[in-house]
Amino acid sequence: MTQQFYVSPEQLMKDRADFARKGIARGRSVVVISCADGIALIAENPSPSLHKIGEIYDKIAFAAVGKYNEFESLRQAGVRYADVRGYSYDREDVTARGLASVYAQSLGAVFTAEQKPFEVELAVAEVGLAQEQDHLYRLTFDGSIADENGFVVMGGLADQISDVVSGAWEPELTLAGAMRLALQALAADKDVDALPATAVEAAVLYRASESHRGSRRAFRRLLPEDMTRLLTEES
Amino acid sequence: MQDPSTGPLATQATSSFTEHLQRSRPELLPFNQSLPAGTVPSSPHATTIVALTYAGGVLMAGDRRATMGNIIASRHIEKVFPADEYSVLGIAGTAGLAIDITRLFQVELEHYEKIEGTLLSLVGKANRLGAMIRGNLPMAMQGMAVIPLFAGFDQVSGVGRLFSYDVTGGRYEEQEHHSVGSGSVFARGALKKLWKPNLSEENAIAVAVEALYDAADDDSATGGPDPVRQLWPVVYTVNRAGNRRVPDRDLANIAAAIVESRAIAGREA
Repeated sequence: MTQQFYVSPEQLMKDRADFARKGIARGRSVVVISCADGIALIAENPSPSLHKIGEIYDKIAFAAVGKYNEFESLRQAGVRYADVRGYSYDREDVTARGLASVYAQSLGAVFTAEQKPFEVELAVAEVGLAQEQDHLYRLTFDGSIADENGFVVMGGLADQISDVVSGAWEPELTLAGAMRLALQALAADKDVDALPATAVEAAVLYRASESHRGSRRAFRRLLPEDMTRLLTEES
Repeated sequence: MQDPSTGPLATQATSSFTEHLQRSRPELLPFNQSLPAGTVPSSPHATTIVALTYAGGVLMAGDRRATMGNIIASRHIEKVFPADEYSVLGIAGTAGLAIDITRLFQVELEHYEKIEGTLLSLVGKANRLGAMIRGNLPMAMQGMAVIPLFAGFDQVSGVGRLFSYDVTGGRYEEQEHHSVGSGSVFARGALKKLWKPNLSEENAIAVAVEALYDAADDDSATGGPDPVRQLWPVVYTVNRAGNRRVPDRDLANIAAAIVESRAIAGREA
């Protein structure tokens, strides 16, 4: 039998946190912005099929950075949680706050109890009828949860990108304005002014989707051609 | 929420909501109960549904009556529902179970779409519904049968298609038109005379409403148009653009035209 070395709990947690941070820092970034027309979610992602952004429920979307297999399993678990809840109670009873706290518990349990923590960072967004009712939650690998105001930036270059977004963000932004800001911010470490629409994955949670789009489900994925149309229409 | 860290996820992963409920919350399934011996007290039954194809799509219509023996249990019940963007279903039989099965089916389709990132094929949806009706077989043997009718737009072949079911979950593709429920015999007869190939959407809606009118004429469990309470059948159309509920205003005009033409003819129908 091998002798176990004593490692202090502080050191153990610090090692785990450093490990998770390193994993997340390698990933490309995601920006979630609340704007007048809804909530825009934009991820730098060259793959058209391996998504970092997903629909959870009528008004709730999910965005993640880090290891694909880990956040994908969390996304699916979130969809199951929301669907079971909506089926057994009512569709109105599914909230981002409930989902975010379940995510926080799962991430926290994995961080302390498992071999290795999840190398992921999540955002849970819920669009409200008015912009003040929007909810943006940011969840980190250790299960801590933060209620963000206006926008969330996650990923390797979160600080740099966050500076750009916070400098230009205002509640009156239109959807196209929010997209433009995100494309510009995601190019913070590159030579170009803004990323092209083909280099990102984008989706939107439309505000008041029932009256404007005839559907309870507010989530819509934007294809590169939708993005290009949106950006050229308004400029 | 299942803890994603426990156990091999791959074996737990399923894109079917029903399967997930069966594993983790079986008590939530509408048909997963063992009933004690005895007869079930009388409960509301949903009645007639008609569906027919037209140029570029398919539509489904249902009357607004639910009956409990000789009593009218509801004049307002809706028995035709959108299943997802490109399909609709109508239900006949025990209303309580049928409405829950409909809800389960709607979540099943949406759940698959969210987990897999793509829509199920139309036949895939029809098969899932068949599996649910088979799951309800023990309840049907207690006298609580649910018989759905399913219609949708097939985006691959670009046509509207219709599927009927039997109580054991058997799925049968129907051509042109079909009807289920207590008034279905009379509605079928009317559809055979009224339906024509390549109907326009407008005419197809009128045909469906008239078939229901004929069913209500001869079947006491089917409700006709009710101008006193302003109640009209529920009609959904499905075409390339998705499903759409026909507004009451249009149905009121169509129903009024049918009643008027019959009154003018002044015959024994």
